[in-house]
Amino acid sequence: MVDGAAAISRGALDAGCNFFAGYPITPASEILGHMLRELPKIGGVGIQGEDEISSIGHCIGAATAGATAFTASSGPGLSLYSENIGLAIMMEVPLVIVISQRLGPSTGAATAAAQGDIQFMRWCTSGGYPVIVLSPTNIPESYHLTKRAFKLSRRFRNPVFVATDKETVMTTESVAVTEMTTGPDWPEIPDEAVDQPLNPYQINGQIHHFTGSSHTEEGHITKDPGIIADLNERLRQKIESRVDELSLIKSDLEDGAETLILSYGISARSMEAAVNQLRGEGEKISALTVYSLWPIPEQEILKCLSGIKRIIIPEMNHGQYRHEIKRLTNNEIQLIGVNRVDTFLITPEEIVEAYSG
Amino acid sequence: MAESELDTYIAKENLPYEFCPGCSHEKILGAVSDSLKQQKLDPTEVVIVTDIGCVGLSDKYFVTHAFHGLHGRAITYASGIKMGNPDLKVVVLIGDGGCGIGGHHLLNAARSNTDVTVLVFNNFNFGMTGGQHSATSPLDSITPTTSFGNTDVPMDIAGTAKVNGGGFVARATAFDKDLPEMISKAMNHDGFSLIDIWELCTAYYVVRNDFGRKEMMNYMNSMKMKSGLLQETGRSSFQTNYKHIQEQASKQKPIDGLVLETTFRSDLDKPIRIVLAGAAGQKVVSAGNLLAAAATLSGLWTSRRADFPITIQTGFSVAEVVISPEPVLYSGIMKPDVAALIAPEGRDKITRLTRAMDKTGLIYFAEGLGNVDSKAKQLPLLFPKSAQKEIRKNISALTAGYLTQELGLFPLEALQEAVRLIQKPKIAEINLGVLALT
Repeated sequence: MVDGAAAISRGALDAGCNFFAGYPITPASEILGHMLRELPKIGGVGIQGEDEISSIGHCIGAATAGATAFTASSGPGLSLYSENIGLAIMMEVPLVIVISQRLGPSTGAATAAAQGDIQFMRWCTSGGYPVIVLSPTNIPESYHLTKRAFKLSRRFRNPVFVATDKETVMTTESVAVTEMTTGPDWPEIPDEAVDQPLNPYQINGQIHHFTGSSHTEEGHITKDPGIIADLNERLRQKIESRVDELSLIKSDLEDGAETLILSYGISARSMEAAVNQLRGEGEKISALTVYSLWPIPEQEILKCLSGIKRIIIPEMNHGQYRHEIKRLTNNEIQLIGVNRVDTFLITPEEIVEAYSG
Repeated sequence: MAESELDTYIAKENLPYEFCPGCSHEKILGAVSDSLKQQKLDPTEVVIVTDIGCVGLSDKYFVTHAFHGLHGRAITYASGIKMGNPDLKVVVLIGDGGCGIGGHHLLNAARSNTDVTVLVFNNFNFGMTGGQHSATSPLDSITPTTSFGNTDVPMDIAGTAKVNGGGFVARATAFDKDLPEMISKAMNHDGFSLIDIWELCTAYYVVRNDFGRKEMMNYMNSMKMKSGLLQETGRSSFQTNYKHIQEQASKQKPIDGLVLETTFRSDLDKPIRIVLAGAAGQKVVSAGNLLAAAATLSGLWTSRRADFPITIQTGFSVAEVVISPEPVLYSGIMKPDVAALIAPEGRDKITRLTRAMDKTGLIYFAEGLGNVDSKAKQLPLLFPKSAQKEIRKNISALTAGYLTQELGLFPLEALQEAVRLIQKPKIAEINLGVLALT
């Protein structure tokens, strides 16, 4: 018996996290509580900052000093993280950020699950530089994707999000022990860093300058247009040229199916229940769960569309990922959204209705 | 640590400074270099953290490690660096602008006494963006954003650090001969240290306000803001305190997941969705946990959601439990199979759910809570006479036991075992007594 907060925290610790800073917010406070209690036991540091800005600032500072840093919040906290996420991208420091989504905008419904920050995570900082966003559908995946997020953040020296929600983080569930101990059959992340590994501050080590300004390789501010262009292009390409490596989906395709249901996060569980029901009734139907929301696993998604005439996309927002699928499918496939922003989870029945209707 | 014999800590190859003629920044950077030299610090054990503004240009002039982050946040990075590697000496170079926008960080760093040194380049305006008024601009001062004179009382940066418990607080000017010594003292203090260094912005503030060195000293006197050491406490730093926390914590075992082996059997052949609806203080969520744990012990799958107001000691308390022979995919409940109403607050909270129930549904109600608007069959919770005393104090556990038997979810022994495994001994003892009555 475990909840998502405990699974995420355990995943972080098992991934070697030794630094956490965060600020209380429903529905991410349980992660803060776990990390602040557990980290000092293993010689790590867990602190509550005076706000989200200082919390992520502490994380970035600690990362430059060699710590494996982690923070967790919800939509309003992400708003305050935003500027510093740009700094982490520019300084190329590894950082894992869990966003436990609640219903917005603003304070919104603090104790209700949502998936309204899917675009916000991707576009939360100035310049539009890429981040990596992973989204678990259940508790074992929360554990394994959090671990994976740490590996990716080290490899890419970039902020990596785990996009979860109130429901997954705060609901206690029974899970099979083997599902926690044995990970899903996902491709391994190479250990070596892309471009170059992090060079943290070290006594007797090489002098290092980290800066949020456009900089030379030595970390000195520069106004040289060529150097600025190369840096910005590299920050983009280091992720966008490796979409294949980052793509993570679960496809459950049926021969002859003309309808595909595509979902992610908590809504993918209702999708699975709906698919089970429809297949039980003899319907041919395919399902696709997207774990790596950003960068969008375009090729992997397109591979699942042969023979598909319509895609049903359940998500707890006004259609944020549907918008991306629309761009991908070029208006050639009918898209049907199943959306809820009324504090309730999307029900399997609604998805079945969308299929039948 | 090998002592350094460096003659200067300024990166000569990056000179000359790009500051305006007469700008005091150059003087303070020289004093920082002289201080590092006095301390014979290895450049690799020092991190200079710069804020935004003209002072933010300083990182490249040092042969030490450096960090140049966002406006107003330098102290947060510095503190993180020190926590990430406590052997590093961390010095923040920040302006009065940074202390304004990041005032919250300044006062909290002083409170926690984090072991970083903050040197404030306080020149009373925003030099980099055109001389706009800052948090320390004197009353009546003329800037592009206070054309008719500043009306805000200036912030006392050193005073703020002092009243918030900063371990070492001083006020100085860029012209002080002993500034390097003062910086060394600050850096060697175990705790938060800050020197509020007053200086001149010759590009803007000086010319617009006829504010030279003499006028600055007169202003300091008129404000009764003394220069020199203002506070030095023996309070231990955050880093020292946290080391003790780590020592205490290392004696505790890491928390591990709750593993429940299947030891009981259940004949449940389809999912059942149960809602316990009560009030704060009735331990409703705890009873939901017992049902979920007992189901797990019986080889079933389960999810348990909780709903209660943010002010948890008042109003409704609702636990939603799904118990299923298959893994639970959809954990929500739009139409319960079973609802138990044990307090008016809970009954009223789940009206939408009880109304959605059809005639296959079952509503169990405590005394006085029946007859709700629903097609479901409504049955009183008939606790045995011997349990009457417990109804007031332990109705949730009683209800969990009652439903377990009434619905044939799993053996009552599974619920009793759940109590033993997941509850604290004192509470378990009470609840085992309660369950024996059902």
